[in-house]
Amino acid sequence: MKKVYSRPKSLKKATFHYCPGCGHSIVHRLLCEVFDELKIQDRVIGIPPPGCSVFAYNYLDVDMAESAHGRGAAVATGIKRACPEALPFTYQGDGDIAAIGTAETIHAANRGEKITSIFINNAVYGMTGGQMAPTTLLEQTTTTSPYGRDAALEGYPIKLSEMLALVKGAAYIERVAVNSPANIKKAKKAIKKAFQTQIDDLGYSLVEILSPCPTNWKMSPIESWKWVDEVMSKEYPLGVIKDITGEKDAD
Amino acid sequence: MTKTLMYGNTAIGEAAIRAGCQCYFGYPITPQNELTEYMATHLSRRKGCAFVQAESEIAAINMVYGASLAGVRVMTSSSSPGISLKQEGISYLAACELPAVIVNMSRGGPGLGSISAAQSDYFQSTRGGGHGDYRTIVLAPSSVQELADLTHRAFDLADKYMIPVILLGDGMLGQMMEPIEFKHEAPRKLPIRERAVRGAKGRPSRIIKTFTSKPTEMEEINWSLFRRYQLIKKNETTFETYMVEDAELIIVAFGASARIAKGAIRNARAEGLKVGMLMPVTLWPFPYEKIKELGRDTKQFLVFEMNMGQMLEDVQLALEGKREISFYGRPGGVIPTPSEVLRVISRLYHQKGLKKAK
Ligand SMILES: Cc1ncc(C[n+]2csc(CCOP(=O)(O)OP(=O)(O)O)c2C)c(N)n1
Ligand code: SF4
Repeated sequence: MKKVYSRPKSLKKATFHYCPGCGHSIVHRLLCEVFDELKIQDRVIGIPPPGCSVFAYNYLDVDMAESAHGRGAAVATGIKRACPEALPFTYQGDGDIAAIGTAETIHAANRGEKITSIFINNAVYGMTGGQMAPTTLLEQTTTTSPYGRDAALEGYPIKLSEMLALVKGAAYIERVAVNSPANIKKAKKAIKKAFQTQIDDLGYSLVEILSPCPTNWKMSPIESWKWVDEVMSKEYPLGVIKDITGEKDAD
Repeated sequence: MTKTLMYGNTAIGEAAIRAGCQCYFGYPITPQNELTEYMATHLSRRKGCAFVQAESEIAAINMVYGASLAGVRVMTSSSSPGISLKQEGISYLAACELPAVIVNMSRGGPGLGSISAAQSDYFQSTRGGGHGDYRTIVLAPSSVQELADLTHRAFDLADKYMIPVILLGDGMLGQMMEPIEFKHEAPRKLPIRERAVRGAKGRPSRIIKTFTSKPTEMEEINWSLFRRYQLIKKNETTFETYMVEDAELIIVAFGASARIAKGAIRNARAEGLKVGMLMPVTLWPFPYEKIKELGRDTKQFLVFEMNMGQMLEDVQLALEGKREISFYGRPGGVIPTPSEVLRVISRLYHQKGLKKAK
């Protein structure tokens, strides 16, 4: 019999604690597949954030160290500068990377740090119970925007990836989604390219992933997949935002 | 070994490099900029080393955390307002048992304060400073030579106990010039520390973290840290005494104030006033026992600080209310002169009717 599917070597044998339909689980698996395919399991260092993915180290079988909220890019900078052969990556929620950690992220990108960021955009603060995130859409209700996000009072959904694209040291930035088999395949390709960018020492790389949070969106997993397509990706269009790697896709 | 004439701030930098410091992350703030600049000049292009001028002190301390994870000797420096921003990272370093050296060339506060030398960060340094139940070792130099020596000791202690160490100086020490000797002729080459996070090559993957959903697990971490702190108290409490043997009055002072007090004591002795000094070198762990012991023979104490009375509380704890303690302090960045302190000593001496030397 031909084996078509098996557990990636870099994925620990543990049951995910994520809610059913949560995008984090899919992204974890994709990361592990990429580590295996690029044969970098022994060079990768993961920096998970406070957030729903704080326990990512229970699943990814690579060196990992906890970070303070939003400081991932600074921690990864420290690791990379002290140990240039390592491949540090930050794993960050939208609150983590686009609110409290904006400064660390932009400046790491601007220095062209050879690090990779995986940015999970689920338009809410998941772990703390569904508060408004900087990426929350206009009119979207959350526990701290109970009347719907109003630009006059709560500002606009922030487009961190587009902002980062303006920064010279950023080499590769792409926005993907994990809400359909086709999109999941593209997401994997982007993650792989981001790590390849780091391996090739080309600069800062980031993959923004539109990721369903059925629990806080108060939707079924199927509805949340649809919402990514019909609402979220209208505000956050999918595709390559910046690519100066000048290379073919890492395939 | 030859003596070199150096400013305090640059002496710390040179001592750090010779102690094997490979990474430095900082952010400009007066009165310690010469140190950051020294590291930019001497570390940034050195093979295997790194220097980053970070976007903030928060970023700098988190870079320190990253480099420490990677198992190398790492340092950051700042002054009071910047040290406030570093507290988040110091708490994480303490929690994850990661060594690092943090230099605070402190200045007058609170708020933006003044850029002149002060000792108003004693509470912040010795009580943890950030959130959670932790301690940092705090070293208080009182001369340029001690800045260099204690920088070295800070790195050794940090590695020995896997703990962040704070070197608490001030703008006066940092900008003073003195001839000094270094402990090592050349930068030390140290192996990568064990338990480092550099990629799981030939070993199982490693997790460095404290976060847990089980309070009892966190309690266990607290206990384990506490046991280490007990050991540090036992082994590393350091102080210096000066003319205490026959003293009727003992001054307790640290860092720059101790240096000023020493000048005042010399002159007081010339006038027949039997004054001595205890200078804690480690502010944490604090020499409670030694002060208590000194209190057996000496009845009158004077705490002298460049703040409104912070170490004073530790001296009060040490003497358990059994001895009279006076306080003299100048906060805000005002640097008192030895003759000013001498006047305080003389007044106290006569008010209390203390015996003069025959
Ligand atoms: C300094 C600090 N502030 C606040 C928190 C509380 N906190 C934990 S996770 C989090 C945000 C989670 O949202 P996000 O980054 O979007 O990640 P998600 O949980 O949605 O994956 C917050 C505010 C914290 N841990 N530290
Ligand atoms: S709350 Fe949302 S982001 Fe967090 S695990 Fe559940 S679905 Fe995922």
